[in-house]
Amino acid sequence: MKKIKLILNGIIKENPTFVLLLGMCPTLATTTSAINGMSMGLATMAVLILSNMAISACARIIPDKVRIPCYIVLIATFVTILQLLMQAFVPDIYEKLGLFIPLIVVNCIVLGRAEAFASKNSILDSAFDGLGIGLGFTIALTLLGIVREFLGAGSIFGYQIFPADYGCIAFILAPGAFIVLGYLIVIFKKLTKQA
Amino acid sequence: MQSSFKNMVFSLGGICLVCAALLGVVYYYTAGPIAEAVKAKQDAAISAVLPSFDGKIDELEPNIYIGKASDGSVVGYAILSSASGYGGAVTLMTGITADGTIYNVQVLSHSETPGLGAKCTTDEGFYGQFRNLNSQGSILRLKKDGGSLNAISAATITSRAYTNAVNSALEIFYGLIEEENYEED
Repeated sequence: MKKIKLILNGIIKENPTFVLLLGMCPTLATTTSAINGMSMGLATMAVLILSNMAISACARIIPDKVRIPCYIVLIATFVTILQLLMQAFVPDIYEKLGLFIPLIVVNCIVLGRAEAFASKNSILDSAFDGLGIGLGFTIALTLLGIVREFLGAGSIFGYQIFPADYGCIAFILAPGAFIVLGYLIVIFKKLTKQA
Repeated sequence: MQSSFKNMVFSLGGICLVCAALLGVVYYYTAGPIAEAVKAKQDAAISAVLPSFDGKIDELEPNIYIGKASDGSVVGYAILSSASGYGGAVTLMTGITADGTIYNVQVLSHSETPGLGAKCTTDEGFYGQFRNLNSQGSILRLKKDGGSLNAISAATITSRAYTNAVNSALEIFYGLIEEENYEED
């Protein structure tokens, strides 16, 4: 029961994108299409679960004053491992996301969860927190990607719905990212009655 | 946990050591598959830009490949080149047959804006212009720059980078031809 609550907490109550507004750089930069947003979300989720578990396990032996460098070293290690594995075994996906993978290191959601949750909770709880926050991030990025791809290129996950030439290209560029994110936050708050 | 000089050095040093060892192991096991994936991609690009033939592909110099038929005649050259576009380098593999005609061009990597510059891989009206084009040694230019090629709409910088990369491949090609003629004389 508690585990389900942890996951729901990440998706709704503390949704990293819509509520905490953390990790805006990858959120805005990678959501030019639904598939890009979803892949970035899933890659971040993998790192989040692993780093949360590792940090929770190490928290007791890390002195307070050097905890941030320790967390960053651990997170960077997991990101690099993920990058090497993707490059070796799924080169096609790596090609699309290659540029954004190293960005996960500086994604403040990962460091934020390490500091706020993993360092104070058990390994299993930290893993579920990583899963919940990761799912919340993935859902938000996928939604953002779907809306931007639909309005900008007339397709969803690559399936053409109306001809691409009628799309409003601004939605694929940076301004569209801010506009769509703003409206999605409004809708999210309205639905969850957090306004 | 209380911080003292000793435990700070040991914990941070220890974590770095463990992480470095872990990375070393992962790198050791992935270096082979990564090199293979890169090579497979390059081979696919080379065979896509040259006319199909019986024979083999030799690496003449780094990034310059020559396709030779089984009787020893040259089918064409595949040349890797890049130019900087809107979001970073646009890297192309250009296939040029022995008489200087561009057979095909393939984009190996780019980081152009999706929906705009990224169309250089899908907009046939643009990349189709390069197929079977023989520049006779002159430099290719977009209409905007006084040439004859149409740019991708709203992506002039990408189109220009693409054209420049093809030009540098052509330049390398003519350099090779000249070298060969010189050797024959």
